Amino acid sequence: MKKIEAIIKPFKLEEVKEGLAELGISGMTVSEVKGFGRQKGHSEIYRGAEYTVDFVPKIKVEVVVDGNMVDKVIKVILAQAKTGQIGDGKVFVRSIENAYRIRTGEEGRKAI
Amino acid sequence: MINAGDTAFVLVSSALVMFMTPGLALFYGGMVRTKNVLATIMQSLTIIGLVTVIWVLWGYSLSFGPDVGGVVGNLSWFGLMDVGLSPSPNYASTIPHQAFMIFQGMFAIITPALITGAFAERMKFSTLLVFIALWSTLVYSPLAHWVWGSGGWLANLGALDFAGGTVVHISSGASALAAVLIISKRKGYGKEQFIPHNLPMTLTGTAILWFGWFGFNAGSALGSNGLAAAAFVNTHVAAATASLGWMFAEWIHHGKPTTLGAASGAVAGLVAITPAAGFVSPVSALIIGGLAGVLCYGAVMAKAKLGYDDSLDVVGIHGVGGTWGALATGLFASTVVNADGANGLFFGNPGQLWIQFLSVIVTCLFTFTMTLAILKVLDLIMGLKVSEEEEIRGLDVTQHSEAGYSF
Repeated sequence: MKKIEAIIKPFKLEEVKEGLAELGISGMTVSEVKGFGRQKGHSEIYRGAEYTVDFVPKIKVEVVVDGNMVDKVIKVILAQAKTGQIGDGKVFVRSIENAYRIRTGEEGRKAI
Repeated sequence: MINAGDTAFVLVSSALVMFMTPGLALFYGGMVRTKNVLATIMQSLTIIGLVTVIWVLWGYSLSFGPDVGGVVGNLSWFGLMDVGLSPSPNYASTIPHQAFMIFQGMFAIITPALITGAFAERMKFSTLLVFIALWSTLVYSPLAHWVWGSGGWLANLGALDFAGGTVVHISSGASALAAVLIISKRKGYGKEQFIPHNLPMTLTGTAILWFGWFGFNAGSALGSNGLAAAAFVNTHVAAATASLGWMFAEWIHHGKPTTLGAASGAVAGLVAITPAAGFVSPVSALIIGGLAGVLCYGAVMAKAKLGYDDSLDVVGIHGVGGTWGALATGLFASTVVNADGANGLFFGNPGQLWIQFLSVIVTCLFTFTMTLAILKVLDLIMGLKVSEEEEIRGLDVTQHSEAGYSF
């Protein structure tokens, strides 16, 4: 099992979600996050005082899938979240040791 | 002789002016950080309560009661004694004396509430209450008497102030300047980012202020008549052009038109037209407003250069806008608009500008010095600022044990 964490532009969430749903992914966790990479921040002006806002709002999508799905999922995310502009985000893949469904106590692949 | 229309109009205007203080609370509340939103709103809210009590007991009597040497009213109207339901012999002869009293009371409430923007995010609540009680009694009441009281010396001098440019705006602006000189800056000033936490809240407040200001200015005609209509129109016109003035000034200077700028400009225009509302033509109001927007934007820019931590720009908007308005009254006033007023410089009477200038200087000196003295004493006795730890945690939790938002 692998967990795929994708940091994407907030307005791309809907397309990514639909792309993953078409693959048959039945669940995901989404959080609002802030950060910066090469895009850096932007400046905001309040009554003439200029502030640099370093952290840009992003969405983090987390999906845990069976190992054989990983490539497909990544392909979908790369395609759906892309605008071609700086700040499109990143995808990280990590191994998951085990998973449990709280309601039934099922574990492993059955639980995801 | 009581006139039904006049009485209805002044009572409704009183309610409109009352509404301005909660509006101000939102205007200010949106501009502070999340951790201080309730404390900021609470200051205005408490002032409504506190100043009302003072006003009924002795504030109204000191302001409008029988004159003592042109300087202050005496205490013979303590507890509204003799302030009854028939018109007063000296003020607003067509409405019940109590209607005049409560209308004026709403002005007494909003004026100290305006000052709280200067020391937002750092003032100790207990000290604030004592400060407001002293300020209302020792600064507002005498000043209101000088300008509006029967026998007041500034009124006798011929200074024109239709709805409170000196009494409300210059006084709160000059007092705010005194306050920021005494109360040290917010922790992290110039290093950390003080970004307004909820501008839609500030814009809601702006809308309420603009709406309430019709009561403030048109109501100051104290009758449902042509003068009220003139003041109403001028109020709206000046707010409109000032909003545009600030927005364009900012756009040219900083590259972007901002909502906070448009809102701040509207308030600056409302401030500037306050003394002039019943003395000038609508075209003059256009000019007074437009210049107010640009001037106050410049003043707020200058503040950052000078390094004063006037948190919410009370000096830049009320001090500078009020001063401009008072002087502009001396430029644009015309007896064609109001036969009881006077002509200004542009209508052949340069002397009026001098009188206006004098009233600005006197108001600034008096309110600045008194506020400085009151705060100095309170600093020694009670302390003005919360502790550094309390400031970091925020005033909502440390002063009031509440949080504005729970996520």
